[in-house]
Amino acid sequence: MSDIVLKTENLGISFGGLKAVQELNLEIKKGQLYGLVGPNGAGKTTVFNMITGVYKPTTGKFWLDGEELTGKSQEIINRKGIARTFQNIRLFNNMSVIRNVLVGLHNQPEFKCGVVASVLRLPSYFKTEKAMRERAKEILRIVGLEDERNNLSCNLPYGKQRKLEIARALATNPKLLCLDEPAAGMNPHETEDLMKIVRCIRDEHDVTILLIEHDMKFVSGLCDEITVLNFGTVLSQGAPEVALNDPEVIKAYIGG
Amino acid sequence: MANLKNIKWKHYINYVVIAVFTVVFALLSFSGVLKSSDLYMLEKIAIAIMLAVSLSMVVGFLGELSLGHAGFMCLGAYLGGKTAVILEPILGEYPALLVSLIVGGLVAALFGVIIGLPALRLRGDYLAIVTLAFGEIVRSVFMNTSNESFGGSLGLNTPRFDKSVLFVIALVLVLLCLAVTQNLIRSKHGRAITSIRDNEIAAKATGINVTKYKLIVFAVSSFFAGIAGVLYSYSNFTVQSSKFSYNYSIEILVMVVLGGMGSINGSIIAATLITFLDVNLQTILTGNLAVLQDLFYALILILLVIYNNAPSLKGFREKYNIKNIIEKFKQHNPSKIKDDEAKWDRVPTKIEMDEVLSVDVHVSSNYTPDKSEKEEK
Repeated sequence: MSDIVLKTENLGISFGGLKAVQELNLEIKKGQLYGLVGPNGAGKTTVFNMITGVYKPTTGKFWLDGEELTGKSQEIINRKGIARTFQNIRLFNNMSVIRNVLVGLHNQPEFKCGVVASVLRLPSYFKTEKAMRERAKEILRIVGLEDERNNLSCNLPYGKQRKLEIARALATNPKLLCLDEPAAGMNPHETEDLMKIVRCIRDEHDVTILLIEHDMKFVSGLCDEITVLNFGTVLSQGAPEVALNDPEVIKAYIGG
Repeated sequence: MANLKNIKWKHYINYVVIAVFTVVFALLSFSGVLKSSDLYMLEKIAIAIMLAVSLSMVVGFLGELSLGHAGFMCLGAYLGGKTAVILEPILGEYPALLVSLIVGGLVAALFGVIIGLPALRLRGDYLAIVTLAFGEIVRSVFMNTSNESFGGSLGLNTPRFDKSVLFVIALVLVLLCLAVTQNLIRSKHGRAITSIRDNEIAAKATGINVTKYKLIVFAVSSFFAGIAGVLYSYSNFTVQSSKFSYNYSIEILVMVVLGGMGSINGSIIAATLITFLDVNLQTILTGNLAVLQDLFYALILILLVIYNNAPSLKGFREKYNIKNIIEKFKQHNPSKIKDDEAKWDRVPTKIEMDEVLSVDVHVSSNYTPDKSEKEEK
């Protein structure tokens, strides 16, 4: 039991009469790369929104490392260890790249420095600022943006903005990192680069990853296990080769 | 480490400028060169700077529109003024001033938190309406008080204070306000605050406690508005509630917008300029010309805004920009520019190159940490 990072039980949400997601049962093991796929409107992002606290699920519960987080606020869920990126990039546009990551480091216990200490510029302020910068640089190095750290984040090309978003999420030191279509809008070269980064994050930084993706090559090349959703219900679950070849899944994608 | 020196100088230049001005004016006033009207103007400027800097925290850094800043000032002016009236005979001049500054600031901060609470639920225009209403409520409450309590429509008379000392105190308080605001903004907490401005949803998803930071900003901002109010009551000898109408809130907002959102130094310059203009127009245009005061004031404001922001004047601005002129001067003496990081930060070539070469040229995961670490040192 203990190696299950995220567990959902009968998780579901309905907006009025529309059941966007129903009876979702996931069990994501520690260190897994888990994929969530499905046609447009299947409810993938809604699942993300539920487990990161944007929406309160109407039915069911979910646990992170055995701790129930159903209905908690986004801030608390993030601090407990679920970080996410967004389908449409949401960076802090008017800040430099490194500052974006520094905001991600804000809640880390090792960088604690109260408001009063900051205003009075006590030694602890300088110490934490320096340590935070070092750590932020390390994180930027993981995604390969270290050289861009002083540029404004809105001036980065699209692919790098996505990587920066991952870096910012990674800075919150999550147990589970949720990536919402990380490869959307990237060219094959960048996608490959991203796959390397995602694998590196999983292997070297001890983070479990849940990702939504439309690029089947990306999913089958990367994920250990996937869940296919359609119209809010689970069509198939299992290893990518098995799940993607399920006749139900093929029907949902191609029709017939 | 060499670059640290550079950055520090840049960060603290505004303190130095204000401190130098304070000392110079203090010396001038003690040697009797400055008239009391000059001192009054300096006090007004100090008050305006404090208001603009504190409002710029809410508008420029937190990204919420507040139109009730005069309301917080009004609270500070009345409550601080009243405290001064009560305490002066008991404690004497200076302790009474100190206590009333603290009382005025804290009461305003308390109301700042109370107003900050709806700010958590309201956005943009709606918050502007709530704060506007708050300012008007405060003003009309004080206008309708009895003569014995807060003076009602007659106004509250406050103790007289030595003008030549008061403006020094005011400028020192400006330095304090600046230090608190700047240190807060340039810390991890400031980053959290600006992240809320840039993208609240992302800030929440990054674990930023949005509630906490909105309340902190509202509290600190209204605290200094309250202190500015107390100074106003001391500087004016009397507090009239009509002063704190929403027009005044807008005037403060104009200072912040004109100075550039998110720029503390800009707010300081704009506040100084606008107050200077206001006071001088009042002294220049007297008698029959007094009707032209508002007209000229508005006209100059419009011209300033056009000069600052009109796209068609961009070339003109760049040509006569002080920064560019200095830059050109430096280019003539190449020995002056060394490869300090502060300079390197601003060189945009790298990113432009990336954009030109399209992104797939730049493959990132095979970086070399050793090399970049060396670069750091």
